[in-house]
Amino acid sequence: MVQERTLPQFQAPPAQISSEEGLVLYEDMILGRFFEDKCAEMYYRGKMFGFVHLYNGQEAVSSGVIKSLRSDDYVCSTYRDHVHALSAGVPAKNVMAELFGKETGCSKGRGGSMHLFSSEHNMLGGFAFIGEGIPVALGAAFQSRYRRDALGDASADQVTACFFGDGTTNNGQFFECLNMAALWKLPILFVVENNKWAIGMAHERATSQPEIYKKAAVFGMPGIEVDGMDVMAVRAVAQEAVARARAGEGPTLIEALTYRFRGHSLADPDELRSKAEKEAWLARDPIKRFEAYLVEHNLAEEGTLKEVRDRIQTRIDDALTFAEDSPEPSPEDLYKYIFAES
Amino acid sequence: MAETLLFNALREAIDEEMGRDDTVFVLGEDVGVYGGSYKVTKDLYEKYGELRVLDTPIAENSFTGMAVGAAMTGLRPIIEGMNMGFLLLAFNQIANNAGMLRYTSGGNYKIPMVIRGPGGVGRQLGAEHSQRLEAYFQAVPGLKIVACSTPYNAKGLLKAAIRDDNPVLFFEHVLLYNLKEDLPNHEYVVPLDKAEVVRSGKDVTILTYSRMRHHVTQAVKGLEKKGIDPEVIDLISLKPLDFDTIGASIKKTHRVIIVEECMKTGGIGAEIIASINDRYFDELDAPVVRLSSQDIPTPYNGKLETLTIVQPKQIEAAVENMVALKV
Repeated sequence: MVQERTLPQFQAPPAQISSEEGLVLYEDMILGRFFEDKCAEMYYRGKMFGFVHLYNGQEAVSSGVIKSLRSDDYVCSTYRDHVHALSAGVPAKNVMAELFGKETGCSKGRGGSMHLFSSEHNMLGGFAFIGEGIPVALGAAFQSRYRRDALGDASADQVTACFFGDGTTNNGQFFECLNMAALWKLPILFVVENNKWAIGMAHERATSQPEIYKKAAVFGMPGIEVDGMDVMAVRAVAQEAVARARAGEGPTLIEALTYRFRGHSLADPDELRSKAEKEAWLARDPIKRFEAYLVEHNLAEEGTLKEVRDRIQTRIDDALTFAEDSPEPSPEDLYKYIFAES
Repeated sequence: MAETLLFNALREAIDEEMGRDDTVFVLGEDVGVYGGSYKVTKDLYEKYGELRVLDTPIAENSFTGMAVGAAMTGLRPIIEGMNMGFLLLAFNQIANNAGMLRYTSGGNYKIPMVIRGPGGVGRQLGAEHSQRLEAYFQAVPGLKIVACSTPYNAKGLLKAAIRDDNPVLFFEHVLLYNLKEDLPNHEYVVPLDKAEVVRSGKDVTILTYSRMRHHVTQAVKGLEKKGIDPEVIDLISLKPLDFDTIGASIKKTHRVIIVEECMKTGGIGAEIIASINDRYFDELDAPVVRLSSQDIPTPYNGKLETLTIVQPKQIEAAVENMVALKV
């Protein structure tokens, strides 16, 4: 067996955040966590079907990156997409309704857990196969550059954030798209959520160079390693990358070291990861850590944080009611959406 | 009227549409500086610049997915497959994302893109460069599949494909690029979903497409001398099939022969026969016959290659046999 990569000693970034910004991040992380907990409950109660991949533990990455974007920027995700969609602004009720297969779902009940889309929120998807979202995200980034440089639209400075996991970085589309993004200086962030495991394949067993951020260098692209359990650190790295992209200076590869607190999907018995490993990462829970940070830096009081949690719990409960009460798609619409009508 | 080679008809279509709509752009291998392997994009790089005629690295699946993302966000990409066979490497992006994403997104996104290039069996190009992917792709929901066959329809169909809001697989044939035809000076568009009645007749319906249209036309010359009057239909749209035109012809002739260049197993003809049985079984006076390529990798050897695809004499004989069985 290969030696497991040791976690680097991360330097805490200087605190440059207002109370208001801190609470936006906190609320977004709580929303992601509570939403996924509700999904697990609904799945085990037989109300939700298919493959459901939860994001618990990785919230600092979604919130840290997506809350550094503008609302007209683009987000592209994988099969583990619920929380990216929520951070991008897709309402919890429409995501929950999608998981219930309802007409009010963000993909009209046609997509399901792994195919969340919202053109209104520039949420490009929900891509269920490994790596296939990266070229699509590249296309959105190309489009921004095309509008700016081929069509002369100076306002076309949108950035695309493309999320994927450590397992994807052994796939050709990853390398092909890093190449094109660097070649054409496209405004894109490649965000690797390295949670150490591709289902049962440990990252170190799958790759000859486990330090993914180093793979950027051969493309002449900045590659940055960041503590994916620290939302402030992720945010700092993301803001810098977004600024570079928006300025036309090209892509960045961000490797966020993180961990999923649940199995690969709710169908995964999760028997391969050691208890010691899980406990070590649970002790680094990004939400607890950020709560302590906010209190310690006088950015929020515990009472305020509890208000946030209560508010989000109500939103999740309302989303569930909305999903349950929503209609199924009409059988008459079985063929709807195959083709666009010109 | 101007005499135009087929590859130039395609070039004119792209040029006109790029001039008409600045969201239209071309991408692919050697489409820019080199002008395209069959010169379909010659000089467009100079005219429109490197972003609108984008030379890509050799990364078919990724640049196809990139086109999907560009289409989702409002551009209208035209992918040139240097050889359509190379797009086997892009099967996932074509099937999962170009084909299915509009549906799985519940109509959130439309994907106006064209994937075009040379397909078919050329002259001793070997198995990998002699593929007929139309049959492989026909089961993918959400794709339109079109095959052009003359300079006139090549130009008009490509313009329609570029304007369509859906992904269109647009098959050219590697041996038809130098066909010549007088084209109108005025602008025209040929609808994607209409079959073309090449020759009106009463004895038998011959359904064909792409280069086989020209083999059928040769066979018809012999058949005419023998007093046989076939109706020849160029399918144009391989998906969806134009059953209005096909059905009207079957109701007239009651006999059908399919002549195709794809392989017999799982081919376009196989699907047509199944659909004819569903829709027009009572109209048939004889079982539908199909003449297809052999179910083998296309051999390099010229004689073996000739034996692999359908030849005009075989078409002539098949039609004679069918008419002789007249009830």
